[in-house]
Amino acid sequence: MSFDYDSKISKAVQQVPPSAIRKFFDLANEMKGHVISLSIGEPDFVTPWTIREAAINSIIDGYTHYSPNSGYIDSRVAIADYLKRRYGVSYDAKTEIFITVGGSEGLDLAARALINPGDEVIVVEPCFVAYKATVEFAHGVPVIVETKPENNYKLMPEELEAAITDKTKYVIVGYPNNPTGAIMTLEDWAKIKDVLMRHPEIIVLSDELYCELNYLDGKPASLTQFAELRDRVVMVNGFSKSYAMTGFRVGYLAGPHELIAPMVKIHQYCIMCAPSTSQLAIIEAAMNADDEVKKMRDEYNHRRRVIVQGLKDAGLECFTPYGAFYAFPCIKSTGMTSEEFCEKLLIEKHVAIVPGNAFGKCGEGFVRISYAASLDDIKEAMRLVKEFVEEHKKG
Amino acid sequence: MIDDLELLRLIENNARLSSEEIAVMLGTTAADVEAEIKRLKDENIILGYNTIINWEKQAPDNCIGMIEVRITPVKNKGYDHIAQILSKYDKVTACYLMSGGFDLMIIYEDRTLRDIATFVTEKIATMEGVLSTTTHFILKKYKANGIIYDNPNTDDRQAIIL
Repeated sequence: MSFDYDSKISKAVQQVPPSAIRKFFDLANEMKGHVISLSIGEPDFVTPWTIREAAINSIIDGYTHYSPNSGYIDSRVAIADYLKRRYGVSYDAKTEIFITVGGSEGLDLAARALINPGDEVIVVEPCFVAYKATVEFAHGVPVIVETKPENNYKLMPEELEAAITDKTKYVIVGYPNNPTGAIMTLEDWAKIKDVLMRHPEIIVLSDELYCELNYLDGKPASLTQFAELRDRVVMVNGFSKSYAMTGFRVGYLAGPHELIAPMVKIHQYCIMCAPSTSQLAIIEAAMNADDEVKKMRDEYNHRRRVIVQGLKDAGLECFTPYGAFYAFPCIKSTGMTSEEFCEKLLIEKHVAIVPGNAFGKCGEGFVRISYAASLDDIKEAMRLVKEFVEEHKKG
Repeated sequence: MIDDLELLRLIENNARLSSEEIAVMLGTTAADVEAEIKRLKDENIILGYNTIINWEKQAPDNCIGMIEVRITPVKNKGYDHIAQILSKYDKVTACYLMSGGFDLMIIYEDRTLRDIATFVTEKIATMEGVLSTTTHFILKKYKANGIIYDNPNTDDRQAIIL
C-alpha cells in the first residue's frame, strides 16, 4: 500500500495551485543559451563594485556571525537615512525598521503576523506572484482587484472601495508594478488615501522594491508619504531591484512599531537574521550608491523607450510604462492566448517572454517583456517579435 | 528638449548609435538629435569618435610609453608652447600638463621600445626648455577608456524569473 502523501500536506499549501505555466518555464529553461531572454525579473547589471567590496571587506573583517534579530543597527540607520533622503519620511532605526531576507520575506511575515483564518486581503492584479500565495499560505482569503490598461494599470479609488468589506484586514499594493511597469504618482496615491481615510481599520502593505526605477521623475512616490496613514502603512522594500542585489537576499520592513514588532517575532524564531554579509553591504548601498542607481535608471529608461517603440512598430498595443523594467503589451490582435503567443515565439523565434496570465487572470491577452537585458538583445528581440506578429497575421 | 549630458553620456559609451536610435532612446526626434550633435560639434564639445580596440590582441608588438617631461616655461607662453609642439606628433596620443614632480605627461605609441627611445632622445630631450625626461613603458592594459580588458561576458541568470 502506498503512502498517502496528499492527506499529509497542509490544505493551505495544497490549495495554492502550482504555476499554471510550469510547462512553458521548463521549455524556456531547456532552451536557455539559444534564446534571447526578455523574461527575467532581475537586473542584468552586476551589483555596483563598491557594494560588492563592502561585502568582501565585511568577511575579511570577520563579520561572519549572527547579527541582532532586527539587523545591525548601522544598517538600519543607513536605511533610515536613505528613507529620509529619498522619501522625505522619518522612521526610527531602532523600532520601526528591520532587515529581512529580501522583500519576499516581508510579504510572508506580514501575512503571518496579520491574518486570522478567513480574513480578507485585497490583492491588486496583475501583480507579483507571491502576493496571493503568501495570503493563502497564511489562511487568508485574497480578494482580487483587477487594474486595467485603459487606466494605465493604476489602482482606481472606486475599485479599491468596491473590494473593501468588514473582513478586509489589509491591502497589498505594488508600484512601480511588476509585471505591467505601471506607476502611481503622489496625486494618484492621494485618491487612494482618501478611500483609506474612510476605512480607518484597514492596513496597507506597500511593496516598493522597484521604487528607484521610476522614469517619470526618478523619485519614489508612496502611501508612506502621507502622515495621516503613518500608523497603518507597512513598507516592504529592499535592494534587489534598485541596486541590482538580488542574490544578496536582503530587504527591510518599515512601519509603526506596533505592526513591525510581531513580524520581528516571527522572523526571530524562523529566520534568526538576514545574512550578515548582505546587511553590511547595504550600508554602502544606502549611503553611497545614489549615482550608480541613477546610471542604471538612465540606462533602463533608454531601453524602455526602445521597447515601447519596438512594440509599436510590431503593431502591438501597449500602454506606456513608467516604472520597474517591464512592458506589458496586449497580444489579443494576434488571436492567440498569452501562453500560445509565448510558446510559439519561443519555438519559432527563440525569444523568451512571460505570458501575462502568470500574474493573475486579468493578465490573459497580455505578455510581460523585461528590459533588464542588453540593448542589442532588446533590438534583435523586437525585430523578431515584429516578424512573428506579421507572419501570424497573414496566417 | 534634449538633455545635453544624457546625450553625451549615451554617445560616449556607444558612438555607433544612429540619430534615429538615439532619438528613440531619448524620446525625441532624429532631426533634434542631429541639430544638437551639430551644435555640440560646433562648440568643440564633441571632438571626434574613436573605436576602442584591444591592440594587444591584434598587433601585440605595439608599444606605449608614458613620458614625464620637466620643462622651463617659455616667457609669455608658459608651458603651452612646448606642449603644443609635442602634441603635433601623430604618435603622441595624449599630452597633459601635470601637478607634482614633473610638468608634462606625454603618451606615445609606436612599434618598438627602440622607436619610443629614439623619439625621447631625438625629439623631446633636444628641445629647448626641456630639462629632463623619464620614460615608462606600459606592460599590460587592464582597463583603459573606462573599459576593462578581457572582461568575461557571462549571464548566469535563470531563464525565467517572475
